[in-house]
Amino acid sequence: MAVVSTPPTLSRALPAMDNAEVLRIRNDFPVLDQLVNGRPLIYLDSGATSQNPLSVIEAEQEFYEQRNAAVHRGAHHLAVEATEVFEDARQTVADFVGAQFEETVWTSNATEGLNLISYALSNASLWAAQGRGDARLRELALGPGDEIVVTEMEHHANLIPWQELAYRTGATLRYIPIDDSGSLRMDQAAEIVGERTKLLAFTHASNVLGTINPVSELVALARRAGALVVLDACQSAPHLSLDVKKLDVDFAVFSGHKMLGPTGIGVLYGKQELLDLLPPYQTGGSMITTVTMERAEYLPSPQRFEAGTQKISQAVALAAAVNYLTETGIDRVHRWESELGQRMVAGLEGIDGVRVLGPAAGQDRIGLAAFDVAGVHAHDVGQFLDARGIAVRVGHHCAQPLHRRLGLTATTRASAYLYNTTDDVDEFLDAVSGVRAYFRA
Amino acid sequence: MSLDQLYQQIILDHSKARHGSGLSETPAPDGASTGQSHQLNPVCGDEVTLRVAVDHGTVAQLAWDGAGCSISMASASVLSEMAEGMSVDELRSVIGNFREVLRSRGKVHADPEVLGDAAAFEGVARYAARVKCAMISWVAAEDALNQAA
Repeated sequence: MAVVSTPPTLSRALPAMDNAEVLRIRNDFPVLDQLVNGRPLIYLDSGATSQNPLSVIEAEQEFYEQRNAAVHRGAHHLAVEATEVFEDARQTVADFVGAQFEETVWTSNATEGLNLISYALSNASLWAAQGRGDARLRELALGPGDEIVVTEMEHHANLIPWQELAYRTGATLRYIPIDDSGSLRMDQAAEIVGERTKLLAFTHASNVLGTINPVSELVALARRAGALVVLDACQSAPHLSLDVKKLDVDFAVFSGHKMLGPTGIGVLYGKQELLDLLPPYQTGGSMITTVTMERAEYLPSPQRFEAGTQKISQAVALAAAVNYLTETGIDRVHRWESELGQRMVAGLEGIDGVRVLGPAAGQDRIGLAAFDVAGVHAHDVGQFLDARGIAVRVGHHCAQPLHRRLGLTATTRASAYLYNTTDDVDEFLDAVSGVRAYFRA
Repeated sequence: MSLDQLYQQIILDHSKARHGSGLSETPAPDGASTGQSHQLNPVCGDEVTLRVAVDHGTVAQLAWDGAGCSISMASASVLSEMAEGMSVDELRSVIGNFREVLRSRGKVHADPEVLGDAAAFEGVARYAARVKCAMISWVAAEDALNQAA
């Protein structure tokens, strides 16, 4: 069992975050300053979508007020400026996760990133079958007898694209089960990931359980099998220091709106040699070298995967979000959120009839907790909390197979971010402790 | 609007009492024509399987099984209690009225003369996310009636 790990300290030894700093941070987030049902809003749904600091909102506005133009076309002043800030944003986000510029592809969200990989791989299979592309591309092709491995804790976005890839190519989908505490069964993983495995896709941190998966062990299994690794970093990139090179994954995806950025923008990281090899997923303008009436040749990454007019203002705003996280210190954010997560779990475990999913108190987890309240449906729990101004997520959190495995259909999830205080968590715990009495459970 | 206006006493009572619940243990009356419908709300997992038995144009029985939040369960319970003994046309009209109130975002008030205990769900109309919870068994009943009648 893993114990709570301490993230590496910053070279500039900044003090740990505390409530006073969080209250200052909160001033940067206009949406948090409001009453909901007569109570100050306590936003504990950042796992679904996070809020935006003023600097992000202003970056998007400034782009439209001063620089709006299509990128990578046109020689006029605005087009040049727009292209510059758009590509600077790419570098900022690439640096944030340890990627190279060319390896950082804009998508509309993480879901699109995963679908992009899934379709690029089935396109590779089609190309290979028709003799298009070279031997390295044929190695990426999937077919009957090949296996794709996921885990039992995946978000639907990191499950269904692989189900459909298996369907399109004739490959078989397998999964690594979890144990009752929400950890992957690594003993079984070692048997499941084998020579038939072409691809291993898993989440870095579970959006339901809060579990942080052992990436390096899983990558080692994939390398032994010669399989590609896809990392769903939706719940990790916003909250902890992510280094895709150090983790040695082949692909990673995350969404802007979960990391203080706007909706409509996400990132796909892929190793350059893979991205330049894979066929595109969408085709059209801005991603080609030569086009005839019969066929087209494609640019290398990232343009290869960025057909059509891009999400320019969103990219610029996402870079502002990344700068906000960097200035605050992502390691400090991680440590603060771990503390909030532990406080949630310890508190919830002490409430009669409440069952917390995932790692027990004292075990490593990100700053979220999903739970079941005996005799009360999650929808009612959410409504009860909303009446106190507390925003949480209810439902299956896009992880039906995981809920089924745990014998549940719906749960309530509280997820914290850098703008939540320990008082927020205590208010939330106090509210949860009143739920069963209200619903006479 | 306060939480207590949403979760009226009648709703909390019915969410526990669950009138008409227990489909498999409740055989349909002999000679009646039956229709059955299964409805699922994929957002929250609320689920209802509901059967109506119609005898000479009258709802002889409305039995259901389900899992879900207190509003969805209470609404099925209230519906079952109300529906039995109504004519098919009456029930269709009550369902229509219930839908109108629930979808009105609070603009159309519930008439207790028409809706009886179901008028207690009026407050749900102000919570867009919960309207489906209150409607799920009524949608199932409408579908089941179409098959039975």
